[in-house]
Amino acid sequence: MANNNYNLWHEFKKGLWQELPPFRLILGMCPTLAVTNSVINGVAMGLATSFVLLSANISVSLIRKIVPSQVRIATYVVVIALYVTVADLFLAAMFPPISKALGPYVPLIVVNCIILGRAEGFAQKNPLTPSIMDALGIGLGFTLSLALMGGIREIFGFGSILDIKLLGEWFEPWIVMILPAGAFFVFGFLVALTNYLSKRKAAAPSGH
Amino acid sequence: MEEKTQDKPQEKPQEKPVEKLIVSSSPHFLRDENIPKIMHAVVLALLPAMAASVYFFRFRAIGLIIVSVATCLATEYAFQKIRKKPITVWDGSAAITGILLALTLPPSFPYYAAALGSAFAIAIGKQLFGGIGYNIFNPALLGRAFLMATYPVLTTTWSEPLAKTAKAGVDAVSAATPLALMKFEGKMTSHMDLFFGNIAGSMGETSAIAILIGGLYLRYRSYINWKLPLGYLGSMAFFGAIFYLINPSKYPDPLFHILAGGAMLGAWFMVTDMVTSPVTPLGQWIFVICGGFLAVIIRLFGGLPEGVMYSILLMNAFVPLLNKHTRPKFFGEGGQA
Repeated sequence: MANNNYNLWHEFKKGLWQELPPFRLILGMCPTLAVTNSVINGVAMGLATSFVLLSANISVSLIRKIVPSQVRIATYVVVIALYVTVADLFLAAMFPPISKALGPYVPLIVVNCIILGRAEGFAQKNPLTPSIMDALGIGLGFTLSLALMGGIREIFGFGSILDIKLLGEWFEPWIVMILPAGAFFVFGFLVALTNYLSKRKAAAPSGH
Repeated sequence: MEEKTQDKPQEKPQEKPVEKLIVSSSPHFLRDENIPKIMHAVVLALLPAMAASVYFFRFRAIGLIIVSVATCLATEYAFQKIRKKPITVWDGSAAITGILLALTLPPSFPYYAAALGSAFAIAIGKQLFGGIGYNIFNPALLGRAFLMATYPVLTTTWSEPLAKTAKAGVDAVSAATPLALMKFEGKMTSHMDLFFGNIAGSMGETSAIAILIGGLYLRYRSYINWKLPLGYLGSMAFFGAIFYLINPSKYPDPLFHILAGGAMLGAWFMVTDMVTSPVTPLGQWIFVICGGFLAVIIRLFGGLPEGVMYSILLMNAFVPLLNKHTRPKFFGEGGQA
């Protein structure tokens, strides 16, 4: 198939709303809930995942015709694990505090279902360019989602955004927001919000 | 009910009514009850506990109760208005949530935090599940648990009752609760103080007798099932007694267990919540026995001095399961003879 059969802009854009991983597809829950207690952690996790996603999509798309379909999942996991190791070592070497804060969740990108999902669901059936656009869109959507979660939890849990104090001394931080329970609350509200918005979009006459 | 069965327009009202055989499915006898009636009785039953909290903690108690109840009512109204549901603010259930939540708070608790907990209790604990009758967890306890996780320091800072310290000319004296004294310092509080409530603690939990009066009133009106409160307290006393007999110098006696902390309030007003307790007799027994066991275990071995709240919330989560698996057999159901 020729590249011009694809609407590249559409492949990019769908990751930002239609197939926004955590809130619309409910994929990638583990990092979404576990490491978003501040903006910086969320963004770091999002970027690391995006890097792996992009690399994996490129590789899978390139080798898609030579991998026997019986062993494709195992092949993808090996490919993904390679890039995760790169991302893990890169973070540990360049940003030790962030690497420490993210803990085991960087190696766990291997089993992130977004990445395997895109490899299996998109890159193995599509040529290189759309696969790159797909990875960029999904990765950006994922990073922005984690940053949003991190922002909400950080401002309630610490009274700050990116370590800059926004709320004064009068604010008593809600400790629950930086605990796991807070992640579930924020996540639930954001899923409800995206559902509400997409319903409203569907109901609008101009939505077709 | 009679009006519905006699809706034949051609019959003259003066005629002598003819005995008719009305065929209908059960229940055949309906009690003249509805939600507002039951809820108002519960509010009435909570009056002694509220009065005791006001006596012991004075103005703070009034303020906290008013703030909690007002926030609960406002949240319920706002939620139902936004979701375009029928407004049921005045059925009294939201007010009870507010009162119960306020009674589980320490008297020095800030008003804004009480308001936050109340809003959480109603919005997330009750309305998100579908409103009254659909909530899995007791809303007041859920609000308390949320506050406990949100403000861990504020929810565990208690003060001596003002009735005790007013003579000394100070505003408030911070103090540990009898359970914390028992757990962290090995000190015991006398049963009389626990019974009448002249102790540090959450506002409505200190006076066992005030709660008992309210609970017995509810029992008299037969709005609560005796199995639930007595089973819960009995289970706490039983498991408390086992540990007391093992080592009396280390573990408190069973009477202490049921008089201290939130045991009384929990047993009479939260375990008995009609929505969040099982409906089958066997399920109720499992519910209260496991609940009492958990409360004692958390008190004696957990990281917290008090385990009543989490024991009830944990058992609330099992209620659908208990209802499903302890359902009595229908007549004719089951294996062949």
